[in-house]
Parts: sequence; C-alpha cells; structure tokens
Amino acid sequence: MLLAGQVLEVLLGGLLSGVLYSLVALGFVLIFKASGVFNFAQGAMVLLAGLAMVRCLDYLTHHEFPIWVAVLLALLFAAGIMALTAWLVQRFVLGPLVNQDGLTLFMATIGATFVLEGASQMIFGSDVYPLRLFPTDAWIIGDGIFPGGILINKLDVWGGLIAGLLVAGLAVFFQNTKTGRALRAVADDHAAAQSVGIPISWIWFVVWLVAGLVALVAATVWGTKLGVQFSITFLALKALPVLIIGGFTSVPGAIVGGLMVGAGEKLAEIYLGPHIGGGIEYWFAYVLALLVLLVRPQGLFGERIIERI
Amino acid sequence: MKADVEPRPVPGRSSVAPGDVLLSLEHVSLSFGGVKALRDVSFDIRKGEIRAIIGPNGAGKTSMLNVINGFYHPQEGVITFKGKRRHDMRPYLAASQGIARTFQNVALFKGMSTLDNIMTGRTLKMRRGILSHMLHWGPAQREEIRHREAVERIIDFLEIAHIRKVPVGKLPYGLQKRVELGRALAMEPELLLLDEPMAGMNLEEKQDMSRFILTVKDTFDTTIALIEHDMGVVMDLSDRVVVLDYGRKIADGSPAAVQGDQAVIDAYLGVAH
Repeated sequence: MLLAGQVLEVLLGGLLSGVLYSLVALGFVLIFKASGVFNFAQGAMVLLAGLAMVRCLDYLTHHEFPIWVAVLLALLFAAGIMALTAWLVQRFVLGPLVNQDGLTLFMATIGATFVLEGASQMIFGSDVYPLRLFPTDAWIIGDGIFPGGILINKLDVWGGLIAGLLVAGLAVFFQNTKTGRALRAVADDHAAAQSVGIPISWIWFVVWLVAGLVALVAATVWGTKLGVQFSITFLALKALPVLIIGGFTSVPGAIVGGLMVGAGEKLAEIYLGPHIGGGIEYWFAYVLALLVLLVRPQGLFGERIIERI
Repeated sequence: MKADVEPRPVPGRSSVAPGDVLLSLEHVSLSFGGVKALRDVSFDIRKGEIRAIIGPNGAGKTSMLNVINGFYHPQEGVITFKGKRRHDMRPYLAASQGIARTFQNVALFKGMSTLDNIMTGRTLKMRRGILSHMLHWGPAQREEIRHREAVERIIDFLEIAHIRKVPVGKLPYGLQKRVELGRALAMEPELLLLDEPMAGMNLEEKQDMSRFILTVKDTFDTTIALIEHDMGVVMDLSDRVVVLDYGRKIADGSPAAVQGDQAVIDAYLGVAH
C-alpha cells in the first residue's frame, strides 16, 4: 500500500501541475486557432498581465483598500492593460500584415515579445513580486487508506478548477457564438472570411483580448506559485511540448497535453530518475513531444490538414 | 472600429429597378508597382442580368472582381454602386452592402462542416451579442434557428443535404465549389461575383452549376457577374459579355456580338505582328 499511495500522490501532483502548463498553452491555442499565428509573445503576455495585476494590487493594499476590493480592481486594471495590448498589437503589428504568410506573422510576434517584455518591466518594475491570491498550503487526504496519506497542494487544485471553468467557457464560445464561428473562419482563410463580411481587424482584436485574459488567469496562478518575475516568460517553453502533444488547434488537446506532460515528467523523475541519473523533469516533456511528432505530427487532437498537391 | 463605417443596408434591398445600372466602373486603373493590371476600364452591370467577364489568362479578370469587392483599391477611376459613389472600400463593407463572391481556387473554411461554412454567410445578418449566444437563451436561440432555416433552404436548393456535417476539406472539388456558392448565397447578396465557378468540373457538374446559376438569377433576385473560360457556358448563360485583354477592355456587348468581334478573336487566337 505504501507504493500505491506514493504512485497516486506523484500522479495526482503531476496531473495538477500539468493543468497549470495547460493554462499557458491555452493562450497559444486560441491565437493559433483564430489567426493561424504561432504567438511567440504569449509568455511575455503572462508576464505583463502578472506585473500589471500584482503592482496594482500592492498599490491598492498599501492605500488600505479592503482586500477583496483591491483584488477586483487589480484584476480589472490588468484586464484593461491586456485589452490595450490587444488593440496595439492588432493596430500596429498584425493589422498591416493581413493576408501575409504565417511565418511573417510569427516573426512579427517575436518582435512584439521583446517590446512587451521590455515595456512591462520598464513600467511595472523588474523585481520578484510575491502574489498571494490562492492558498499555498497542502491537504492530506486518504489518511486511512494509505500510510501517511496523500499530499495535495491546494494551489494546484485551484489551478485545476480555474482551468476547467476556462475550458468550458471557451468551448461554448467557439462552438455556439457567431463570433466563435467567425474566429474559426478567419483562421482557415483570411480572404474568404473578409468576403462574407467578417471584419478581420475586429476578430483579431477579440482573439488577442481573449488570449490576454487567459494569460492573466495563468499569471494569477503561476504568480502565486513562483512570484511574479521575469522567469515566468519561460513558461512558454514548457507550453511548447504541451502544444505539440495536444495539437496546436485543439482546446481539449491543450488540457490533455498538459496532463500528460505534468504526470509524465513527475513519474519519470521519481521512477526513472534514480536509474539514469535524475534531472529528467527538465527534458522529459521534449522527448515525449518528439515521439508524438514522429507518430502523429498534428498532435493527438489536432486537425489533420490534407493538402491538394 | 472606425466611425466612418456606412450604415447597414435595409433588408428590403435597394431601389434599383430591374434593368437599371446596379454597379458602374468608370475609367478604372489599377497597378501593382510597374505592372498595370487594369487600364482605363469602364463598364456597368445592370440589375437582374448575368454579366460575363472573359479574356485570356492574365487579362485582369480576377483583379476586376477584387476591385469590385474591395480587396484592391484602384489608383484611378470612379465606382458607383446602387447610385452611390464608393470611397475606400473594404471587403467586409462590400459584403455589408450586398456584394458576395466565390474564389477561383475555392476558399472555404476547410476545418468546418458544410453547414458551418454556409452559416458564416449569415454573419452580417445576425444581431445578438456574444454573451447571449453563449448562454443560448431566448432571442439568441430564436435567431440561430431562423438563420439555420435559411441555410437549410440553400442546402436543399444546392442538393448538398447529404454532406451537411462533413468537413469541407474532405469533399471533392465539384462539391466544394457548390458549398462556396452556398456560402455566398447565404448572404442574400444583391450582386454575386463568381470567379470561374466551373473550373475543373466535368460536363455533368458544369450542367448542374449552370442550372443553379440560372435559378439563382431568376428566383433569388440576384444580379450575377461571372468569370468563365468555357465559352459554351458563357454564351448560354450570360446576357452581356465584357472582354478584357492585357488590362484593357476590348469588347462589350451581347454574347453573339462579342463572339464575332475581330479584336476578341485576335486576343484569343493571337495575331501576326
């Protein structure tokens, strides 16, 4: 029973931390789905959202606002910043590039990344800012079944709940609204979407706004875990294998991919690590992604594109 | 969005009477750098007619359609649609004023089903906001149902009911062309632009498509401008034909008149210099 309890604990911890990867990956999927652009700036957007949120929160609590008012206002402030960013990106970066190649747009988002990283730290500061939005202590469950019980981090559970709500909302948005349908249309063909009367500039604004809000949600969870700091942008690198495994165009794929990466790397670290020298956690996800690429290049849930040759 | 967006058209259609000029182009010139795609072209499209645009490859036919629906902006010339002079046209504005089109190389939303593709044609006709659609409550639900009915009628008309749920990327070419026509029809356009609607089709598919185009003209009250290479089709379908060559208009008139025109024959067959 000791072993079973341990496996379960590692598995649960891994799955829940995987959900946190999914939160970051979701932002990528949204923009890729709706504009066919791999948005390199997603990590920078998480940083920007986190900084805007935490700095505003610090300012408000310093001026003795009640905590829940301060949190609400800080969230609104950060959402406003993300809306402004979405507008600026659409107006000055993507707007002039309508109907251009995907690679051109990708390069443009690399440029946007550096501007966002620089600007956000210039405006909001570049220290490590602690954030306490969610409880960070742990639960012990199943004490009677397994010796010592199973330890679960409360923050991870919050992250899972939030990700679940987010995915449900996004799924309904994409499937049931005319804007969702318009988003999918724009992703498939710019010119055709314009010809049926879909204003591309508006759609791109909406999608960057939604991705910005997802980045804000990711920032609140990750900021609580790590503190809001520059290294949060590296989460984008962890999201990459999640995307490859789940498929770039699939919202559920981002979740399943995150779960697989999270659980896989924790299990590998504990059970493979001692045999091949440890430190597996850092590269396991990439190897897993490589294997998926070999077998199923479009990812587990991605759309298979059949090209007419 | 910009403030100068023109008001949406009234659903009751324009006041243009059958036979009157619906769209006119005067002295339109379009160039890309040094390449002159259109040179001083003038012609008009009358309400209720089928107007063919023909010419050898590279004559500027597709450029012409792109100018009409706002993808390209001509450097010179005046375009008048429904009696109003147009400025600074954008594709989605053209769409909101009642111009729909299909593309030479089918431009469908490949990952979406036939039904969803055609539903996108209703985008401009749907009024309810994002939130009420997400909640799927009363007015938004009724709106969705109403538009769905309109789309189902088009699906029945085009005889594509059996592929309603199939992602269009999996359909054969001829059917994709049909779905694309359906999407344009869902917009209930006043002017329908068809860019080579029969390219790559076999005889039977061409006959079907011709039948659809004639029915659209007669029963949907739609004016049609079409580009087509199959001369038999052009002669059968169109009321008037305009011929372009190297960006210039070289002939304009009834199919029979154009067919006998020496300049047209030279353009198609080449002429000894």
